[in-house]
Amino acid sequence: MSRGISQSDQPIERSGDGTDLFSKFDDIIALREGLLASGQEDPFSLVMEKVLSPTRAICNGRETILLGTYNYMGMTFDPDVIEAGKQALTDFGSGTTGSRVLNGTYQGHKECEDALREFYGMDHAMVFSTGYQANLGIISTIAGKGDYIILDIDSHASIWDGCAMGNAEVVPFKHNDIEAMEKRLKRIPEGAGKLVILEGVYSMLGDVAPLKEMVAIAKRHGAMVLVDEAHSMGFIGENGRGVVEQAGVMDDVDFIIGTFSKSVGTVGGFCVSNHPKFEIMRLVCRPYVFTASLPPSVVATAATSIRKLMHGSNKRAHLWENSKTLHKGLKDLGFALGTDEPQSAIIAVIMPDLEQGAAMWEALIKGGLYVNLARPPATPANMTLLRCSLCAEHSESEVAQILSIFEAAGKQVGII
Amino acid sequence: MDRTAVDAKIRELAEPFNKKGVEITEGTTFANDLEFDSLTVMDFVAEIEDEFDIIISMNQQAEIETYGQLVDAVTKLQAA
Repeated sequence: MSRGISQSDQPIERSGDGTDLFSKFDDIIALREGLLASGQEDPFSLVMEKVLSPTRAICNGRETILLGTYNYMGMTFDPDVIEAGKQALTDFGSGTTGSRVLNGTYQGHKECEDALREFYGMDHAMVFSTGYQANLGIISTIAGKGDYIILDIDSHASIWDGCAMGNAEVVPFKHNDIEAMEKRLKRIPEGAGKLVILEGVYSMLGDVAPLKEMVAIAKRHGAMVLVDEAHSMGFIGENGRGVVEQAGVMDDVDFIIGTFSKSVGTVGGFCVSNHPKFEIMRLVCRPYVFTASLPPSVVATAATSIRKLMHGSNKRAHLWENSKTLHKGLKDLGFALGTDEPQSAIIAVIMPDLEQGAAMWEALIKGGLYVNLARPPATPANMTLLRCSLCAEHSESEVAQILSIFEAAGKQVGII
Repeated sequence: MDRTAVDAKIRELAEPFNKKGVEITEGTTFANDLEFDSLTVMDFVAEIEDEFDIIISMNQQAEIETYGQLVDAVTKLQAA
């Protein structure tokens, strides 16, 4: 349990009539204290004392199967990836201590961008320090005052924050609703700049966007299209390029945003594009300019991993098998799931409420299984979810073990 | 459509969302009096947008706190 969050209130003496700026967090502090007072193990203070493999760790003293890491392709312990990182650490040092546009672009950053351009078959690639910053930077920079952003209401926080940071008019539409999107596009004043923002896989329920239809409509209305493929890179599509590839719309999207912190197995973010003027982003995009670049070891591991993911079709096939097996198994056990069919490597188990969700999470962790507990406001429709993300390195027997832990926990909590 | 007509139409659209049957006046607030959460706001706004064939962007929504402000904004937007 983190000491900082659970310390008891102490009256703070303040001169004048200033109010405590932290008073706005009182509701969430009370909610959290109420939950923990029942003896519940804190779902948001888990510590991994030792990481044994992409699928196993020692968590809070217990050997645990990891089913909530987004480490879809299990690249974190790939020997080639680790070797590349070690070599870069030795050759280039521990960090760049500088911005990409000043002293922070090393050979490794260029090689990483080369790997991305090849992976996606696009003309330009720009590496950011995190995926969050990639969305923040690209969205806030390209959509300015007088422009319109049309986006799915279930978009990731980094997309919303990118909208908030820019000055464009922000127009959300109902999740994955093609008609609602088109209606809004039609109403935008003539001549205004338009950016449609979609995600390949939505991470809360693990559902996929109807990109074929949506991208076609966006193009018909003269909008630029940005697709966040954070949860599909490396896994979905014949070459692992994401839902855009699977939907056959690679050539129609203007920007693909992605991350290194999921399938790639390290940290960082990127944007790839064929826009002829794309390189100017490096000078005008503040979250790219005003932060230090990724350490040499990180870009070296990323570049190696991306190149290996190009040839990862066997792993992709095994991950699909895992996803199908887990989805069917959980459904057969009687759990309510976020999608009727498995659409990605994320399977969301819908909990009746936060209390039972937290109790279920605790029963799972004590049974040796880690999943993500997702709660409002991050979730759609204020749902409490146990979000499972599978890994290509989960063996068939591990998936069977996962299902038996779910069965025992579900019965113990009384959900099934 | 004049303000009175817009008011009448929005009142009609708001009814299914006003679960507690709160009396709606010009000064009624969506967040506090009607207790609309973000999802309710989205559905409610979408209905108004479709009815009047307008866009009420998030930026414009941020300026609207009361029922009266909403009627004013929609009256202006649908006349444009």
